[in-house]
Amino acid sequence: MPQTTANQTPLIAMEGVGKWYGAYHALRNVNISVAKGEKIVLCGPSGSGKSTLIRCINHLEEIQEGKITVEGTVLTGSTSAVDAVRREVGMVFQSFNLFPHMTILENCTLAPMRVKKLSKAEAEATARKYLERVRIVDQADKFPAQLSGGQQQRAAIARALCMEPKAMLFDEPTSALDPEMVKEVLDTMIGLARDGMTMICVTHEMGFARQVADRVVFMASGEIIEEGTPEEFFRNPQHQRTRAFLGEILAHH
Amino acid sequence: MSYSLDFSAVIERLPELLLACLATIGLALAGMTLATVIGVLGVIARRSRFAWLRALTIGFVEVIRNTPFLVQIFFIFFALPQLGVRLNPTVTAIIALALNGGAYAIEIIRGGVDAIPKGQVEAGLALGLHKAQIFRFIVLKPALRAVYPSLTSQFIMLTLTTSVCTSIAAYELTSVAQKIEADTFRSFEVYFSITILYLIISSLMMGVFALISRISFSYPVK
Repeated sequence: MPQTTANQTPLIAMEGVGKWYGAYHALRNVNISVAKGEKIVLCGPSGSGKSTLIRCINHLEEIQEGKITVEGTVLTGSTSAVDAVRREVGMVFQSFNLFPHMTILENCTLAPMRVKKLSKAEAEATARKYLERVRIVDQADKFPAQLSGGQQQRAAIARALCMEPKAMLFDEPTSALDPEMVKEVLDTMIGLARDGMTMICVTHEMGFARQVADRVVFMASGEIIEEGTPEEFFRNPQHQRTRAFLGEILAHH
Repeated sequence: MSYSLDFSAVIERLPELLLACLATIGLALAGMTLATVIGVLGVIARRSRFAWLRALTIGFVEVIRNTPFLVQIFFIFFALPQLGVRLNPTVTAIIALALNGGAYAIEIIRGGVDAIPKGQVEAGLALGLHKAQIFRFIVLKPALRAVYPSLTSQFIMLTLTTSVCTSIAAYELTSVAQKIEADTFRSFEVYFSITILYLIISSLMMGVFALISRISFSYPVK
């Protein structure tokens, strides 16, 4: 792997990962390693397997081939390995997936109380800290449906941060947002990146990729086609499919 | 028509009828509470990883939903004693109502659980919660909210079905009415009166259901 800091064991490593949905080959021989603090942007046409890839990392999807290691834990199907990995890795979804029957604060305290067994007071203190960080602490007592899309996504980011994960996975976090709300979510993510969080983001926000990514990874048909620093990647894409993709998506920006 | 209405007999025994109303409400509340518990546990069993437990639940639901309530209550009251299980009429009535209501509640609540978006469960998993925690803290309440109208109309049915418990001489409104009718021969007045009383009981129940909904399911959704 070119850009990883060589003297560190990677935080997340995928080796020869293959995944099928029935006969459909969703991931083909995926190899990627992510060092602590590294920011990866995953892009590619829809159906290229980028969401599937990050969903394998926290075992929302099972793999049939290869090996995934997170913080030294090999992700076998065993409950203890899955639990260990999910404790270290947070996830933010395209559709927010906040719990509608809980206030924003309760959304943020549920897992710390039930998984980490924090007391209510400790969990609430942590929640307020992260809600402050995503700048919606004033919305803590509201329900998700009372917030704008951008606020909901920031709440979802705070909810994931409350577990104090070592890495964060973002699955098209701005794709379901109205255009005027994209920036507030990206700004939150940029802040997180500046603070040193390890991040893997599936996104088409190429401005974001330029600004924070250490590496941009391009996927098509379940394969990693090419990867590089944003500078190399955007200025001099090697592969024809990458050029076609960049042409498509940059034309709209 | 020479029949002249005379409610004096009914009015005279109104205290008995009102007391019987309380018994009916009591049977209904006990039945509903247990039916809800059976409904939730049944849904869990229906989703268990053990095939035998799923099959058992499906079998239970099908047997109950495809046989008459009267036969079910007779079975418990008259057939079980042959196996050495002897229950008094009130306990029999509560068990029959709970099992019957529970079978319907399982199917209704299951619909609500199935309607919860997959993303809710995934968010719970990604946070490290286990399946049981996800069901209890994330899925259950929105699922119950989604099916609350069906569930409560089923529970009104259950309340009215308590009158069938008169067949095993359980103490409730219809059986007391029958006794008064037999004593006074005032059939029209007696059954007219309990018709009104059942309407009042149902309305009270619906009021309580609305109140519970306002307290428990008031969170906004888009």
